[in-house]
Amino acid sequence: MIKRFLSLEWKAFFRSASFGKSLGIKIFMGFLSLYFIAMFLGMGLLLFPGLKKVYPDQDPLLIVNSFLFYWILADLALRFFFQKLPVMSVKPLLTLPVKRGYVVNYVLGKSALSFFNFLPLFAIIPFGITLLFKNYPVSNVLVWMLALVLVVLIINFLNFIIESFSAEKELSFLPVILIVGGLYALNHFNIIAFNEIMGSGFNTIYNYPFLIIVPLGILVMCYVFNFKLLRQKLFLDSGLKAKIKEVNASNLEWTKNFGDIAPFMQLDLKLIWRNKRTKSSVWMLAIGLLYGLFFYPQPTYQNMPWFFVFIGVFSTGIFLINFGQFIPAWDSGYYKLLMSQNIKYEQYLKSKFTLMAVSVLILFVLGIPYVFFGWKILLAHFAAAIYNIGVNTHVILLGGSFNRKKIDLSQKAAFNYQGTGAVQWLIGIPLLLLPMGLFAAFYFLISFEIACLVLIIFGVIGIVFHQKLMKIITQKYLESKYKMIDAFDQNN
Amino acid sequence: MITTSNLSKKYSGNLVLDIESLEIPKGQSFGLVGNNGAGKTTYFSLLLDLIQPTTGYIKNNDVQVNKSEDWKPFTSAFIDESFLIGYLTPEEYFYFIGELRGQNKADVDALVSQFEDFFHGEIIGQKKYLRDLSKGNQKKAGIVAALIGNPEVIVLDEPFANLDPTTQIRLKNIIKELSEKQDVTVLISSHDLMHVTDVCERIVVLEKGEVVKDLAKSAATLQELEEHFAN
Repeated sequence: MIKRFLSLEWKAFFRSASFGKSLGIKIFMGFLSLYFIAMFLGMGLLLFPGLKKVYPDQDPLLIVNSFLFYWILADLALRFFFQKLPVMSVKPLLTLPVKRGYVVNYVLGKSALSFFNFLPLFAIIPFGITLLFKNYPVSNVLVWMLALVLVVLIINFLNFIIESFSAEKELSFLPVILIVGGLYALNHFNIIAFNEIMGSGFNTIYNYPFLIIVPLGILVMCYVFNFKLLRQKLFLDSGLKAKIKEVNASNLEWTKNFGDIAPFMQLDLKLIWRNKRTKSSVWMLAIGLLYGLFFYPQPTYQNMPWFFVFIGVFSTGIFLINFGQFIPAWDSGYYKLLMSQNIKYEQYLKSKFTLMAVSVLILFVLGIPYVFFGWKILLAHFAAAIYNIGVNTHVILLGGSFNRKKIDLSQKAAFNYQGTGAVQWLIGIPLLLLPMGLFAAFYFLISFEIACLVLIIFGVIGIVFHQKLMKIITQKYLESKYKMIDAFDQNN
Repeated sequence: MITTSNLSKKYSGNLVLDIESLEIPKGQSFGLVGNNGAGKTTYFSLLLDLIQPTTGYIKNNDVQVNKSEDWKPFTSAFIDESFLIGYLTPEEYFYFIGELRGQNKADVDALVSQFEDFFHGEIIGQKKYLRDLSKGNQKKAGIVAALIGNPEVIVLDEPFANLDPTTQIRLKNIIKELSEKQDVTVLISSHDLMHVTDVCERIVVLEKGEVVKDLAKSAATLQELEEHFAN
């Protein structure tokens, strides 16, 4: 049976319409994994000698044990965001003679084979071997290593449980942040010293190997709990049923101020607010807005004014980049309707343009407090905002006419690469690097002010020729109309 | 109203539609029948300029559809669920379509209120998004949206599929009324020979992309069709 399941997944992967794209991402992920493996391997090899050098009079094993708590927290948080839970289309299997328990065991077993569970081994095994070479007792070290492996698996299933509880909710990342943050805070402010409890726990297991049954017991409990949870969901009216949400309608009358593009503006705003995928791009706004805080407080960046523009383009243009790069794929689900309706392509595109331009303005205004770190930053952000409105909006709309990937709006959001093609990655380069390069060139050749002026001039030129540019872009969309309809009609 | 001339569509060498000439006069209710793959949806897609013809053209009220977009104001269609916008409520969807066709809210409300018994209380005021409605109810919303804005040509692809018997009967009355009283040209396709013969004045049978029968409705039409498809 496992063989059949595996062959199903094999076919699902290789026969998917977006196979080429996902292969590219897989290769990229492969390189990333190799990088992490190298990092962990290095850590495993150097940990013992390193700790010995820094703390000559302490046992490195004890130090490592006392830090395990932080590792567990970090692992839990990272997994929540990056580990993809194994999915399987179970609906067709329900009526076939396959035991439900078997399906659940398969899914859970598959999750245990995740890369995230193997990664720590690359650190644990070399460290353990070093311990053995330093004449630590063999059986105790082996049991200690086993205990760590068990902990890795416990985290794996714990994450599964947390995800299955929070996945349906809005802001699904909140519980995990609260749990991890709460535990960390309790520990940090010495209310409950988790790191010591955890550390002494592992010391005890090391000293009394039979206590390995404790993590083993916890693991079994997690597994059984998971099993029950998933088993319940394998019915059409529980887990497999799509959730129906009540509508909260707002009439958005104020969009009437935008004239003939009002219906499309309303549609776009509803699109953004009512779909998970797009809604998450609204949360991305906060990240973009606060992005500057990573850099500006550090004195190193204060002396790199050419870098301000990068932050400026990014933080005023995050919505533009995020939303813009999937025009018109956001509307792919009902593209045929739009194409047979009585609409002008130009109005449709103009609505998107207006939305992006307004977002740049709002983000610029919200970013004004950055003036606290120097007026040059504000000037650079202003230039970047003008450039975004005048140049980047048009560039991204033009890029959209090459868009051939359907987006299924109901899919979950973060790290969902659906609808991304090579063009979308390419478009990021001119959007961010071009203004930055332009700015840097004039900054080093002439001065900061002139460099800002150059960006502003480019932006103003774009705004002045807006009508003309839109005509050209509209023409491009019209030319690829049939190709888009055909592409958006295909499911994965 | 609709003139088809030398129309053909090839997909990688496969001829899926080949109509030498087909004339549909204004106000006619026109039915298209044929087995799967006969080319019904292809014909409608060509009529709506969603795909490009390999040869020939369709003229809708003397506008060649793949040359000009001037046919759009007086033509409306519901082909499949991809004509619905899932994250809107049915009301919002009607208003949106209405705005595109130059109708204000009151106009749309007036039109939609005529279809209260067609909706059977399951569409309006339900506080549900279109994507959460059942297939049948989605279809009802899509069909009614295609009637907004006094179109002169209405294209419905398999409107009877997925509908419950009561709604099928109501839909038949709606379509009859449209072509009889308002002089609207209605094009429908269907697998249900009874419904088509009931509703349409003229029935064309497609087979492998070609017109094999072109019948004006008479008492014998249903039997003739049944015999044709039995062989």
